[in-house]
Amino acid sequence: MKPEWNQWAQEAKQQFPEANSSLLPLLYRIQHAEGWLSDETIRDVASLLGLTTQYVESVASFYSLFYRQKVGRNVVHVCVGLSCALAGSDSVMEHLEHKLGIREGQTTADGEYTLLEAECLAACDLAPVIQRNLRFVGHVDPENVGRVLSDDGKEVNS
Amino acid sequence: MSQQYYLLRNREVPDIDQMPVYLAHGGYQALRKALNDFKPEELVDMVKKSGLRGRGGAGFPTGMKWGFLPNDGRKRYLVVNSDEAEPGTFKDREIIEHNPHQLIEGIIISSYATKAREAFIYCRGEFLFGSEQLNRAVREAYEQGFLGENILGTGFSLDLNVYRGAGAYICGEESALLESLEGKRGNPRLKPPFPAIAGLYGGPTVINNVETIANVPVIVSKGADWYTSMGTAKSPGLKIFSVSGRVQRPGNYEIPLATPLSTLINDYAGGMLPGRQLKAVIPGGSSVPLLTPDKVDTPLDYESILQAGSMLGSGGCIVLDDHVCIVGATARLVRFYREESCGKCTPCREGTYWMTDILERLEHGLGTLEDLDTLADVADNIGGKCFCPLGDASLGVLVSALQHFHEEFVAHVEQHACPMGERLYDTVNN
Repeated sequence: MKPEWNQWAQEAKQQFPEANSSLLPLLYRIQHAEGWLSDETIRDVASLLGLTTQYVESVASFYSLFYRQKVGRNVVHVCVGLSCALAGSDSVMEHLEHKLGIREGQTTADGEYTLLEAECLAACDLAPVIQRNLRFVGHVDPENVGRVLSDDGKEVNS
Repeated sequence: MSQQYYLLRNREVPDIDQMPVYLAHGGYQALRKALNDFKPEELVDMVKKSGLRGRGGAGFPTGMKWGFLPNDGRKRYLVVNSDEAEPGTFKDREIIEHNPHQLIEGIIISSYATKAREAFIYCRGEFLFGSEQLNRAVREAYEQGFLGENILGTGFSLDLNVYRGAGAYICGEESALLESLEGKRGNPRLKPPFPAIAGLYGGPTVINNVETIANVPVIVSKGADWYTSMGTAKSPGLKIFSVSGRVQRPGNYEIPLATPLSTLINDYAGGMLPGRQLKAVIPGGSSVPLLTPDKVDTPLDYESILQAGSMLGSGGCIVLDDHVCIVGATARLVRFYREESCGKCTPCREGTYWMTDILERLEHGLGTLEDLDTLADVADNIGGKCFCPLGDASLGVLVSALQHFHEEFVAHVEQHACPMGERLYDTVNN
């Protein structure tokens, strides 16, 4: 457990005082700092909020944005919803897999990228769309997927 | 196309997401009017009179929903559903990212009208920028005295919190949303009791969609009569339609209800891609039956679309052209429900799995005619037999596709391959 987590738990409990509403915000904050949620983190969060480890695990495992396995420094979500499929998202995924040398669901050996599918990201006007670390990049050209990996600092806010 | 915007005001006022710009363009004037000139009950009546219906998909009359809150002295909550995730729908994202103050103004007015003292925006986890915009706008609203204690000196107090979801379509279902907001898995609750009676933390709760609430300041400033001057008697007012798929200009379009579907596709969204013909439209998000081209002139209001065999839903129009394989498109959509089923009840959890499996088999030319019967049989065992609406939602496109495009399904079997020029479903079983 990191020393600051206790403080974060108190802050979450203050902002969302009822029931266990502070759980998701605290998981987010710790994941943001740590990159993912290890078994040890789950146990720590449980003790910070006075919950059982099983309860925290059951909640964390329900939501796709809580990473229970180690992910890369950049998490790339490729939207595979119908509107993106109509605009060529399968091709975007294939080119990203080829470019990164991994399959969907995997992380590059250098720990730089994790490639994941996303269900409809509610950005069909930007199809095919991806998110890198939850920032949208729209109208992705499958032939030029390198762009979505390299343009640091130029995240697209839709 | 030049037009006056009432919901997507960001289209004509740059930087309206910033408090000074929003104020300079009449922002929070509706709030002053509501708090100074109206009693809460009068505002509820105004919204009832406006005929505003829930824009999240169900189309339930908003004023009536507000009227269901019991007068028993318990603390009331207002929760805004910003968990937009219905495939083909992206209207709320534009509001929270680019016009968040109109939503917040609507929340304050709606909370005053329903006597809620604490409000929450449940924002989809994937909307990182959206949640940042909301958090900033909420902070600005506190600084201006529009939130907190004794708002504008009227004695009305309200706290507003932005809560981030964490990736689960089911949390757009209102009772699952409340579970998630209480720090639990997003499993739906048994209804009744409805949230108006026992909602967030067991208290009386109003849950409305982002677009619904964004309409409230407009209705307060322009009046209920103005609102009902648009649309039809049963479906009055304005609606944002999200158009995507094989059109020239995918995007959000704010239009009066009862505008013909063909006008939305051809005039607003620029028509089909060059050389393509319309094959089908899913008019209200991925959960509703598809419409065939003979229905393209149907007015976009709740009653007309229902009569045409579908539902207005969220207003997410997915346009399919003659190159699109219906089997592949259906497989893609049903797969979505398989992925997003919360697993609580068997027909949905197992049924969406089996339907996806069969559709994938058919799309890859490995299906049999018996599979078509099995598909219909599984669908029949889901319809009306699930705990929450997700199971039924998985059937809308499938059942209508089997009805209207039966020959295309059969052709996949007989030719042992997808007969369409363009494959839409390249990935098997992942």
